[in-house]
This record gives sequence, C-alpha cells and structure tokens, in this order.
Amino acid sequence: MDENTPATPVAPPELAPPSTPAIGGHGDEQELTKLHPNYVWALRVETTLVSIPFIVGALVLETSAILPPAVIITPVALAALLLILRFPARRFFARGYAMSTDRLRVVRGLMLRHDTVVPFGRVQHIDVSQNPIERFFSIATLTLHTAGTHNASVKLPGLGEQLARDMREEIRSHIKRESL
Amino acid sequence: MSEQDPTKIPVAAAGEPQRTDPRTFLVRAVSMLGQLALPIGIALFSIFRKGEVADKALLFLPFVLILVGINFGIAYLRWLRLTYTTGKEDIRVESGIVSRAARSVPYERIQDVSLEQKFLPRLFGLVEVKFETGAGGAEDLKLAYLTEAQGEALRLLIRERREEEAAEVAARPAADAAQVPADEPAEVLFSMDAGRLTTFGLFEFSLAVFAVIGGAFQYAESIAGIELWDPDLWLGLAESQQGWIAGLGPMLQVISAIAGIIALVVVGSVTGLVRTYLRDWGFVLEKTVRGFRRRRGLFTRTDVVMPVHRVQAIELGTGLVRYRFGWHELKFTSLAQDAGQSSHVVAPFAKMEEIAPIIRAAGFAPPSEDLDWHLASRKYRLDSALLEGGVFALLAIPVAIFAPLPFVLVPLGLAAFFAGANLYAWQFHRHALSATQIFARRGLLSPRTQIASRVKLHSVEIEQGPIARRRGYATLHLGLAGGKFSISGLPLEQAVELRAAILDSIAAKDFSRLGG
Repeated sequence: MDENTPATPVAPPELAPPSTPAIGGHGDEQELTKLHPNYVWALRVETTLVSIPFIVGALVLETSAILPPAVIITPVALAALLLILRFPARRFFARGYAMSTDRLRVVRGLMLRHDTVVPFGRVQHIDVSQNPIERFFSIATLTLHTAGTHNASVKLPGLGEQLARDMREEIRSHIKRESL
Repeated sequence: MSEQDPTKIPVAAAGEPQRTDPRTFLVRAVSMLGQLALPIGIALFSIFRKGEVADKALLFLPFVLILVGINFGIAYLRWLRLTYTTGKEDIRVESGIVSRAARSVPYERIQDVSLEQKFLPRLFGLVEVKFETGAGGAEDLKLAYLTEAQGEALRLLIRERREEEAAEVAARPAADAAQVPADEPAEVLFSMDAGRLTTFGLFEFSLAVFAVIGGAFQYAESIAGIELWDPDLWLGLAESQQGWIAGLGPMLQVISAIAGIIALVVVGSVTGLVRTYLRDWGFVLEKTVRGFRRRRGLFTRTDVVMPVHRVQAIELGTGLVRYRFGWHELKFTSLAQDAGQSSHVVAPFAKMEEIAPIIRAAGFAPPSEDLDWHLASRKYRLDSALLEGGVFALLAIPVAIFAPLPFVLVPLGLAAFFAGANLYAWQFHRHALSATQIFARRGLLSPRTQIASRVKLHSVEIEQGPIARRRGYATLHLGLAGGKFSISGLPLEQAVELRAAILDSIAAKDFSRLGG
C-alpha cells in the first residue's frame, strides 16, 4: 500500500470494535469501557432463576406454619429483591475493560476488586460463549486462556455479541502477527 | 544404570507395534498378590475367629485360587493388548482389553522423558517411562515397564526425533538413532553424600509415625475387636498405669518422663532419617546438554530430565530450625509434575554458596542485597497485625465467659504475640524488580524467596479487598505457569508501577518465542 491509495483500514469498519479505541502504552490511564447495558438484565434473570428455589422453600416453610406468619418469607423475599434489582446494577458499574494494542485489561468485583491485564502475546486460545440467557439478550462472554496457573482463564462477560466476536478476531490477529 | 549398553538395544524399526517387557506381567502379578494378601488374610482371620477352622478354610481356597487366577488373567491380557509404536512423527500407545484406547503424542510435544523405578520393577531391572507433555500429571503418557536399556534407548530416540523434526529429516531406522552415546558430558551441580543425608534426615524430624500407628490401630480395631474409642479401655489402662507410676515415687516419675521424651525424639529422628534416605539416597543433580537431570531414591529410583528453558521460576525455602544453621532448599517451578508436586526439588538441603551456581545454571540471578528492595505498605503492616491479633482477642470473649478467669490470658497472650510477630515480620516481607526478574521474599522464621523471570509471566492482576481499597494497598498476582506468585501488601501506586513494568517486558516477547 503506498501513500496514494486511500487509507483502507486493516479491518473492515464494522469489524473494528467501535467502543474500544486501541491505543498504545500500558493502558493504565486508559478509561474503562462499560459493558453492554443488557448485561444488567441478563444478571437479573440469572439471579431470579437462582432465587426461585429459595422462594419456593420459604413458601413451603411458611405454609407448614412453624413460625408466626411472614417471618420466613419476608426476609427471603426482601433479600431476593435486593439481589435481583440492586446488585446487578452495582456489579455492572463495577465492571469494565480496556483494550489497547497489545493487552486486554479486565476490571471486576464489588467487594474484592480484581484488575487483571492479559498481554495478547500470552493468550493460548480464545473462547466466545453464550448461555441461553446471554443469547436472549444478544450478549456474549469472551474468555482468554493463558498458561499461567493463576488467571488460567480470564472471563469478560456482558459484551455485545458482535463486539465479542470482533474482539476475538482482533486479539487473534495480534497473536498471529506477533508470533510470525 | 544397567550392565547392558543401551546403544546395542534396537528400539525396533519405526512403525512396528511393540509390547512392553514380558516381565511387566510378573511385576503386576506380584504386586497384585501383595494387594490381595491383606483382604484374604482378613477374611481368613474372621472365619477362624468364628471357631470353625479347617473345613471352612478349605471351602474358601478354590475361591481364592479363582480370584487370583482371574486377576492374573486380566494382568496377562492387559500386557498382551498394550502396544506402543514409535512412528515418524509421534509415539502411539494402544491399550485396553475390551474398550480400546489409542493415544498418540507427537514428538515435538514431548517435553521430558523421565524414567522411574519402583522397588519391585527394580528387582527385575525394569523402568517406567513417562512422557511429559505439560498437559497436567494424569494426562501424560506412560509406558510400564520396559527394560532399563530399552527405556534409555527410547529416551534417546525421542530426543533424536525431536531434533530431526526441527530439521525435517526423514525418520531414520531407530537403531541408528540409538547410536548416540548414552553418557553425554554432564556437569554435577549438586549431590548429597551419606553424611549430608544424615544431617538432612535429622532436620526432617517427624512424628508422623504416630499418626500411622494410630491409623493402623483404627484398622486393627475392626479386625481384632479392640474398641479404640471405648473410654473404658483407656480409663482402665490409665488407672492401672497411674497406680504403677504413682508407686514409683517422684524420682522415678521424672526419669520415666524424661525417658518418654527421649523415646519421642529418637522415634521422630529415625522416622525423618528413614524417610530422607528412602527419598533422597544418591541424590545427584547434573547439567547436561539437554537440561537438568536429577536422580534420587533408594528403592524407587527416579531419573528426571528438565530442559533449562522450562524453568519458569525458582523457589528458595528453608525450615524453622535448619535456617539457623544456614541450610536451604531450592525448587524449580515448571509445568511438569514431580511426584504430585508442581515444583521440582533440585537441592533439598544445601548451603547458599552451593545453591547460587544452580540458580545461575538455570539462567536466573540469585537474590542479592544490592537489589532495589521495597517493603510492604506500612498500613498493611498495621492492618495485618490488627487482624491476626484481633482473631485471638475475639476468642478471649467466650473464654472469659465460660472459663475460669486466668484462662483469658491465653488468647490475650496469643493475640499480643501474633500482633507483635506481624509487626516485626513486616521488615522481612519485601520485593524487588531487576531488569529481567522479579523477587519476592516473606517470612520471619523461615523465609521463602521466589524468583520469576519477567518475560515468562502470563498475566498480571491487582487485587484489592474492601479494607485494602480503603487503606490504599493491593495484592499483585502474577500468572506463572505451573505455580503461584503473588505479593501482598503493596502500596497501590507501586503495584500499578510494577504491573506496567512487567507487562512491558511480557509484551516485548511473544509466547511462541519463549521456547517451550
């Protein structure tokens, strides 16, 4: 490609992850990218599914009338509501990622904050996975596998389906380029 | 290792399936008999106890014979149906009596070939050949058993093939490959003579034998009908002993107490010595052209080869007492497994000046005082002291409520001790970053130092719990292949700095160029 050819991007425009400006440097000062808003809803559905057995259990105990009415079901229902409505949003705001030219940074955790950086040169293989809930909300989880014992697989859930695929291609192309 | 010259043993032409040594069947049969002896013995014992003696035992005999026969038959079939093929590009093992399994491992994926001789196969001059692929312990390919010479020849062959593969030379007849002299020039890096082993054994003082005896008792309980947990038995025993001890008078009581302690010390030392002799007899660490080679073991002799570039990190440890005498232990962290442990012990008991050359031979630099050592955060020091002390202080509350007053002093004293120990140990908890390596050291009474190569790390993570976030420190976790490496209590800005520095060294070199 010489100077005269119109600057064609290396990847087609729709393939370049729109929300992840790939910049150089170690990316510590790079602003974190938020996940897909649907991630909150996917988390809520997941939590709801998990809480159903507890609600049912509480109802059964309630009908057996061991304790005064509403002593069991009230706290269980309140806890479930809190977990379903409040926590997914907080978890969403606690999560984020940043992709630079040669590494991916993943931040997660409400109580225990994890701030992980995986250099593309150390990625062994990449997974893009979707469970049924994620598929419904058209989001996906990107998993980077490394050879290290700690952080053997770094997960980044809640990415838009297309974005996850694009990021995979992007990271894969880096692996190839660097190992040639 | 053997009287036969391995170079004279043909490994058979490529592509031809072979069986393991026929004596494998013998070894399996003998060890199976050993396993059967105990249950049969117990069964017989219980029959005899019921009072009906010989006629029932005779009835029992055919069943025993059939059982043994079936086991022998299976062992024979398994031997018959297990074949291995050394092909052009891979080694294949086919096994299974009814359901067949075939596993193929390309030569270039084989990282190490190690030979292991357990006691029984050793009597027959057989070895177990293990091909390590880094796929994790259980998934590795094993061949049991070959003759010592065959094992050695196979090891040479695989090395040859790997080198050939790189040059893409057509496979030569295997007999040719085995022409390489078995004894390559080797430089002995570390070895332990009987004197050193004895000193080592004494430091390995262990009372584990009592646990074993306890276990054996529990086992005997079901056979012999001794009710181990029956308080009456022990009360009766204690009473009879008490009477006996009381009858001795104070002087003899003291003497018998001392004798008891001496007996404990003797038993503990002997256990330590025996275990050390069994494990580390004839310990030799050599550096050969293809890497480190370690041989050790009295009855079970192991022979492990590890290429130098596969050493991911180095671990320097010691013990509470042996540290005072200047003894240290050196381990290499790699992806291969070593007797269930992820690290290979390369010098179990050595002085620092013996260890330094081994570290250099692995391409690492030993830690030194002129490195830029950094201490952990002062806030971390206070928090960890408060946390560790606090647990015992909390424990004091129930003790104060339920126990007589003086007992409160015990948890309070422990709280003070642990808080103090944490405050003091802080100055030994430190890390340093050199141009190529990262060092971390912690521990007051038995310090442990880890050294990792910066480029051989795979990810970097900063972790902060709720307290750490408020107080501005963090734990740095480094993704190390085959081991763990983390530094706790780092001031946050230092953790970020370290991460940036390490990531820059990682990014400069791709994984595929790490060479394994």
